[in-house]
Amino acid sequence: MNYTPQDFKSDQEVKWCPGCGDHAVLASIQRALPEISEALGYSKERYVFVSGIGCSSRFPYYMKTYGFHGIHGRAAAIATGIKVANPTLSVWEMTGDGDSLAIGGNHLIHAIRRNIDINIVLFNNRIYGLTKGQYSPTSKWGTQTKTSPYGTVEHPFNPGALAMGARGTFFARTLDMELQLTRDIMVEAAKHDGTALVEVLQNCVIFNDKTHSVISDKEVRAERTILLRHGEPMLFGKDRNKGLVLDGIRLRAVTLGQDGVTMDDILVHNAEEQNHGLHMMLCEMEWPELPVALGVIRRVKDRTYDDMVRDQLTEVANKSEIHCMNDMLRSGGDTWVVE
Amino acid sequence: MPLLFFIHLPELITNQYFSSMPHKVIDVQDVVIRFSGDSGDGMQLTGSLFADTAAVFGNDITTFPDFPSEIRAPQGTLSGVSGFQVHIGSSAIYTPGDYCDVLVAMNPAALKANVKWLKPNATIIVDIDTFEKKGLEKAGFTTDDAFDELNIQRYNIIAPPITTLTKEACIACSIDPKTGIRCKNMFALGICYFLYNMPLKHTETYINKKFARNPDLININLRILKDGYNYAGNIQAIADTYHVKPSRHEPGLYRNINGNRAIAWGLMAASEKSGRPLFCGSYPITPATAILEELAIHKYLGVKTLQCEDEIAGICTAIGASYAGSLAVTSTSGPGLSLKSEALGLAVMAELPLVVINVQRAGPSTGIPTKTEQTDLNQALYGRNGECPVAIMAPHSPSHCFVTAFFAAKYALEHQMPVIVLSEGFLGNGSEPWKIPDMNDYPAINPPIVTELDPDEPYFYPFKRNPETLATRWALPGTPNLEHRVGGLEKNHRGAVSSDPLVHEQMVTERAEKVARLARYIPRQQIIGEQEGDILMVSWGGTYGHMLSAESQLQAEGIKVGLAHFDYIRPLPINTEDVLKRFKKIIVFELNSGHFANYLRAQYPQFSYLQYNKIQGQPFIVAEITEAIKKIVK
Repeated sequence: MNYTPQDFKSDQEVKWCPGCGDHAVLASIQRALPEISEALGYSKERYVFVSGIGCSSRFPYYMKTYGFHGIHGRAAAIATGIKVANPTLSVWEMTGDGDSLAIGGNHLIHAIRRNIDINIVLFNNRIYGLTKGQYSPTSKWGTQTKTSPYGTVEHPFNPGALAMGARGTFFARTLDMELQLTRDIMVEAAKHDGTALVEVLQNCVIFNDKTHSVISDKEVRAERTILLRHGEPMLFGKDRNKGLVLDGIRLRAVTLGQDGVTMDDILVHNAEEQNHGLHMMLCEMEWPELPVALGVIRRVKDRTYDDMVRDQLTEVANKSEIHCMNDMLRSGGDTWVVE
Repeated sequence: MPLLFFIHLPELITNQYFSSMPHKVIDVQDVVIRFSGDSGDGMQLTGSLFADTAAVFGNDITTFPDFPSEIRAPQGTLSGVSGFQVHIGSSAIYTPGDYCDVLVAMNPAALKANVKWLKPNATIIVDIDTFEKKGLEKAGFTTDDAFDELNIQRYNIIAPPITTLTKEACIACSIDPKTGIRCKNMFALGICYFLYNMPLKHTETYINKKFARNPDLININLRILKDGYNYAGNIQAIADTYHVKPSRHEPGLYRNINGNRAIAWGLMAASEKSGRPLFCGSYPITPATAILEELAIHKYLGVKTLQCEDEIAGICTAIGASYAGSLAVTSTSGPGLSLKSEALGLAVMAELPLVVINVQRAGPSTGIPTKTEQTDLNQALYGRNGECPVAIMAPHSPSHCFVTAFFAAKYALEHQMPVIVLSEGFLGNGSEPWKIPDMNDYPAINPPIVTELDPDEPYFYPFKRNPETLATRWALPGTPNLEHRVGGLEKNHRGAVSSDPLVHEQMVTERAEKVARLARYIPRQQIIGEQEGDILMVSWGGTYGHMLSAESQLQAEGIKVGLAHFDYIRPLPINTEDVLKRFKKIIVFELNSGHFANYLRAQYPQFSYLQYNKIQGQPFIVAEITEAIKKIVK
């Protein structure tokens, strides 16, 4: 399967605002798909991009693949139906923080709970963009918006923590401007069997500009984020001289060489640990206490919903002596003959 | 032995038992029996067993369960009374019967709640043990003689101490009476079998199968059943027994079927005929749940069912499955249809096949969940944003649910659009004998699946239409070169998002015309009875049996009427106008405030429409229909 990003670009004009983070995500995914196709042997027609409502949900129109632009919040349910109906498809859900954490929260957690083999890309800009600037379920406490002129008095969701709570098997986080990282994470998500939730910290240049810049600005990014890689020590900082240690039941950021801290004290990331306790803590890290975690935080093996559906159907069909409607209608022993 | 217990009975009742008429068997045309008791008393089962026995014996039957929504409502109270009515006959039976010949009342509340359904001279079977102070109080009786208070002494009352007899039998069989007491309904069933000269065999087979793992329960159930039967044989009060001759059914293999099961099977049949795997996304809701349950049983035939997190996910998973090539279905009841409205609009917009089953119940809101109504027609017709017509069909009897579901699926698949099936609780839970069809007699289903790019097309046009049906083509994900996007935004034929005013108007018109053109493919409207004249009775859906019975009664009395009963609501059959114009007066009968009448007014404003409406959560009774017509004739 030799594809180039160009093979996945539709002829539709991309209508996101200039400077919107969504452009970068689109580019990253269009770059990831050739690699995914090669790694997994997927031909182009097997991809389906499903979305809900919101700026990011226009995504399917810009992909030269099968696509379904659904209704607000329901992309996870539509994607679930597609995958159950045809498990050979590679199903991608494109959604936003309003779409999948407010109106579609129920479908998101249940998709994750079932561990259906779909990839969910959650564009988190902490704002409602398409409706022009109202607070979202991920807006920080106190955020002033058109519907919260005096600041929000709501606690925000952390999508990673939500995924852990729903027994998620895959969670990763990336930044919109980190094209290479986003691309790599998309490949990882595609390779994962089960629901893969990828949170993209994405900038809304019009209604919530620089919402992530406190950690994502180039000058501070290395100090305020940590890129987690499975099997590698949890180090961060320009000079990679800072790391994470477990202090009692809390994570703590330390500096190598200070207070006698050595490399041996630094945690090694194990994305494949079944117990999600540490993964949950990594998801919830926030600047300035701790660096914000990027990369694949959790990736564990578990049975997928679509596999179990298929296996159960095969099993009961093999056990049954009835294989057509005419036989079924006449089975059961509660029939009688009228002469 | 039962005579020993007569000392418990009030004088009035015992007197009846000592008349010494010899048993004589009287042939009757039809009989209505209503089994009633606490919602935990097993009345639904008792009624079903009686109905099954009658059906196997060859009678025509129709059944009507009438139960509260509470699983175990407060014991002994009026609100907890559960009923199951069976109508059996030696000729065709179309309704569960208005009034009953026999009322089984397992407690005073059941008697009180159902006394209004007694025919004159009806037989009443009660468990007299329950007519003690506490039981009478719970049922709201103020004296210690319920029969006197209800003024029903004149009826033929059979009042064995069923609780006591059952307990005694338990002790004799060394079974804990607390466990065994639950089969006291078998005693009443045994009496009914004796009264109507029916064999116990079918019920015995059921008991043996049901309790195969617990021989004690087999023993006690069989014993109580026989005790009831023998009790009826021994007491002198039963002077006559009755015989309902087998009905003359067309030869063939039969089974009893209820509407919910018939819907499930009809969908499965359509799946087989179309070669499209069946997917049902649904959420449990009374009285539609049994459809999802039934489909879940048949996974061995490749049926995929997904019990979703909510009603919206039910329809949305179905829409996804439809996009991916399944025969997609979602089943629900009124409030669930409200929740699905937005997604149904999406299916209209994406032009995907989808069958939406709505087993209507009394509304609005939660309403009376276990009671029947036809109050969702307006919702089905108009309950979506934008210009959003959806085809609507309505089954008219439990077995007709099979046919309706099959054709709803056929039309959805072939015309690439959603179809709503408006069933009713009355049909879903009601049952009747059904001649098992041969699937070879059913038509093929040919969905317009497209497998390759038309050489004339530079790229796939997802909204290019078949010039006859106006159906779009079904390009399934996984097919090379047909990649395209669908969704809720307005699009042009090419599938590109468009807010061009004229494109929008054209697409709205085409989607509406696609639904309207279905009229070319559905059967013409038939008229039963008079083909033209003074009075046309109009109805739709589950009221068919009552309407048909009323029509034949009126004709028998010399009142000339025609009956147009509609199975197809949107579009209406192509000859509807011609049917309506043949009569001077049109009366529309509905279990709502006039949804269909208003719909006809909008379609054919040149006619005037009288209405007969009932919104009590109950089916019609035949007598009220005939009375209504007689008033008009006068």
